[in-house]
Amino acid sequence: MSLLVFAGAAQLAALQLIGTNAPFVVVVGTALIINARFMMYSASLAPYFDGLGSGRKTLASYLLTDQAFAFSIRRFTEHDEPLSTRISYYFGAAVVLWITWQVSTAVGAIFGASIPARWSLDFAIPLVFIALLVPAIRDRSDGVAAAVAGTLAVLLAGLPYNLGLPLAATTGILAGTLTGRRSRP
Amino acid sequence: MRVWLIFVIVGAGTLALRISIIALWSRLGQIPKSVERGLRFIPPAVLSALVLPSLAAPDGAITIGPRLAAGAVAFAVAWKTKNVLATIVVGMVALWAFQAL
Repeated sequence: MSLLVFAGAAQLAALQLIGTNAPFVVVVGTALIINARFMMYSASLAPYFDGLGSGRKTLASYLLTDQAFAFSIRRFTEHDEPLSTRISYYFGAAVVLWITWQVSTAVGAIFGASIPARWSLDFAIPLVFIALLVPAIRDRSDGVAAAVAGTLAVLLAGLPYNLGLPLAATTGILAGTLTGRRSRP
Repeated sequence: MRVWLIFVIVGAGTLALRISIIALWSRLGQIPKSVERGLRFIPPAVLSALVLPSLAAPDGAITIGPRLAAGAVAFAVAWKTKNVLATIVVGMVALWAFQAL
């Protein structure tokens, strides 16, 4: 699964849903909504990958993660470098992340059960997303999108099959779009 | 069998989302403003919908507990430092501290 999907949050959500025997459509739909953010990353990085062959574009896309995006977009916007340098930088970061993820999930599959639950290591997952969420909020309409989605997700947390997550996320996106439109003249 | 089918479909769909604009760029030249405006709200909305329930309702019911308190500390650290590692380390230590109280 780590090789095919290579997206932690979606993998975890999908596995939880499979564990509760959720319908096929719910599992696939939830995973893809969580991964819809990659489309925004794809749009942000696209101008910097212009001129690349389609093989390399495909490989770069497969390796695209929150962290690879965060590292490389900062580099690309701060330094004006030729395509070859940008690509080396991107692949350097992305491949290291890929190897780390594959090794870690394998180690987790073998030794995960022997880590005591009272260490609460699962809390590292929301912490990583907090570190990504904060820089994603750049203005008021981003804040509205995040606040609406987060509040609704908490209120709907009891829904079966974790349906609160896709509902809250789409409502948040809608709220952000509406706020953005209204604040524009 | 059904599980592997899910993995393959989610994997293919995820690759399609990742490659979408990167592949279309040479044909588009630029992204339409309306699309760009819709896309930019996906990360804050999705990340927030993932994070907040795991802090405020870890077991499905709203709970004011150590996870919410530690999450608030982590938010503050992320805001101040913009450092992923610092956020994780301080957040974990905060959780253990609040659990020990």
